[in-house]
Amino acid sequence: MKRFFSLVAALVAFALPASAQQEGIVAGLSQNAVQITATFVGSEILIFGAVKRDAPAPAGDLGVVVVVEGPSDPITVRRKEKRMGIWVNTDAVEVEAAPSFYAIATSAPFDEIISPELNRERDISIPESVRILEDETATDTESFAEAVIRIRSKAGLYMINEGAVTMSEDTLFNTRIELPSNLTEGDYQARIYLTRGGELVAEHSASIDVRKVGLERWLYNLAHEQAFLYGLMSLAIAIAAGWGASAFFRVFLRS
Amino acid sequence: MQIYLPIAEVSVNAFLLLGLGGLVGVLSGMFGVGGGFLMTPLLFFIGIPPAVAVATEANQIVASSFSGVLAHLKRKTVDIKMGLVLQVGGLIGAVIGIQIFNYLKAIGQVDLLVMLSYVIFLGIIGTLMFFESLRAILRSRGGQAVPTRRRHNWVHNLPFKMKFRASGLYISAIPPIMVGVLVGVLAAIMGVGGGFIMVPAMIYVLGMPTKVVVGTSLFQIIITTAFTTMMHATTNYTVDIALAVLLLVGGVIGAQIGTRIGLKLKAEQLRILLALMVIAVCVKLGLDLLLMPSELYSLGEGGH
Repeated sequence: MKRFFSLVAALVAFALPASAQQEGIVAGLSQNAVQITATFVGSEILIFGAVKRDAPAPAGDLGVVVVVEGPSDPITVRRKEKRMGIWVNTDAVEVEAAPSFYAIATSAPFDEIISPELNRERDISIPESVRILEDETATDTESFAEAVIRIRSKAGLYMINEGAVTMSEDTLFNTRIELPSNLTEGDYQARIYLTRGGELVAEHSASIDVRKVGLERWLYNLAHEQAFLYGLMSLAIAIAAGWGASAFFRVFLRS
Repeated sequence: MQIYLPIAEVSVNAFLLLGLGGLVGVLSGMFGVGGGFLMTPLLFFIGIPPAVAVATEANQIVASSFSGVLAHLKRKTVDIKMGLVLQVGGLIGAVIGIQIFNYLKAIGQVDLLVMLSYVIFLGIIGTLMFFESLRAILRSRGGQAVPTRRRHNWVHNLPFKMKFRASGLYISAIPPIMVGVLVGVLAAIMGVGGGFIMVPAMIYVLGMPTKVVVGTSLFQIIITTAFTTMMHATTNYTVDIALAVLLLVGGVIGAQIGTRIGLKLKAEQLRILLALMVIAVCVKLGLDLLLMPSELYSLGEGGH
């Protein structure tokens, strides 16, 4: 009998966190493809959803974090230093991967709804998303990563909007992520994290396909696949324009 | 009106680019310089990636130079023979320049050496030219006729003499080839057309008349930049045709206007303006080296 009770107690102890895990996310995006045309001036994505529950809401503050991330590329970061009176590039650090775009929207201050462990595990915050190769010779690699974040934030490519996720009744949530006009193409990821008391309860991800279309697509493909032809075309346009302007001035201005 | 550029992958204002192209085109037609020295930093400033800016700029210069040359051809102020001789030297120089560039890159600090020599070089040329043309202007104001600057110097005592009719010169082919080589080397290292160095060299070393110099310089710039465009397009895929079209529409019109302004000016006025521009560029480059930049870090393409 005693053993039975202890078994029940153990089951109950297991079941409690298990019931917390029963919260899930149902989410949608206003668009899952962004088309870059010649007149592209940026776009806005509406991300919305609901918290799905099988049981009454457990204790702990609910938090929602939405991340939209662009494709990552390696970059070289160089630093200038004053040597003999002039400013020159000295140290360089290879950043293994830095996302071309990174936007975070949260329902409350970031540190309150994401524990440091969870942040490290899932690479959620902006500094976590910029990875540096560890074997570099420069001693203060961190300041190089900070520079990447500073420069890209200034260009409107990295952003964090705390409190930008609107929640109602601890169930429905929505947010808007602005995509700037200097967007590069690729597979973007939208990730949604649901947390309670800083710990992860559920997550959901969806992809956003950002592609050039029409003339932009055609020119880009031509430049990469038929580079020689593209070069000749560029020159032909240049020569034609030069000749055209000359002819125009000769005929119409007669000077 | 915003336009998204397919290669640069940024959205820019079309009218701003038309205006920039026009401004640089005027300078190009007036002085026989490509204008890359001016346009490239402006493009960086509006957010075009450096690699795309440099490559596309070359394509735009082809257009404005061609436009300018046609205007000069009609006035017979292009010495095609001289241009071709300079071009021979230029191609040799480009080959040597690329070798030097790779060697300097291997030992590191190539940017610094190039920048420093450029500042010193432009500073000397600009200052000498400024005082020479100032003296010429003062002399003509004083009522004296401006003496034709056709002195006999070492240039006239070399073998392989050729007749350059448009320039009114009968000199050895060696100095033009040497000038071409020098400009070619610098152009390959600096990634610029080299009109800046070519124009003063033609006036002072070769003794060509100022009016012929502008057209001839533009003539040889076309070939150099066309070659550069093809190199960038086929190896780096960085020529943005949409950006080029916007810039060159302004550029070709500007070049026509610039040519007409240039022909109305006196030779020494043209030279003093060019000298001031050379000095301005020199000061700008010098300040870049001396002043603390607002952002010490810069991002470049990854990988080795």
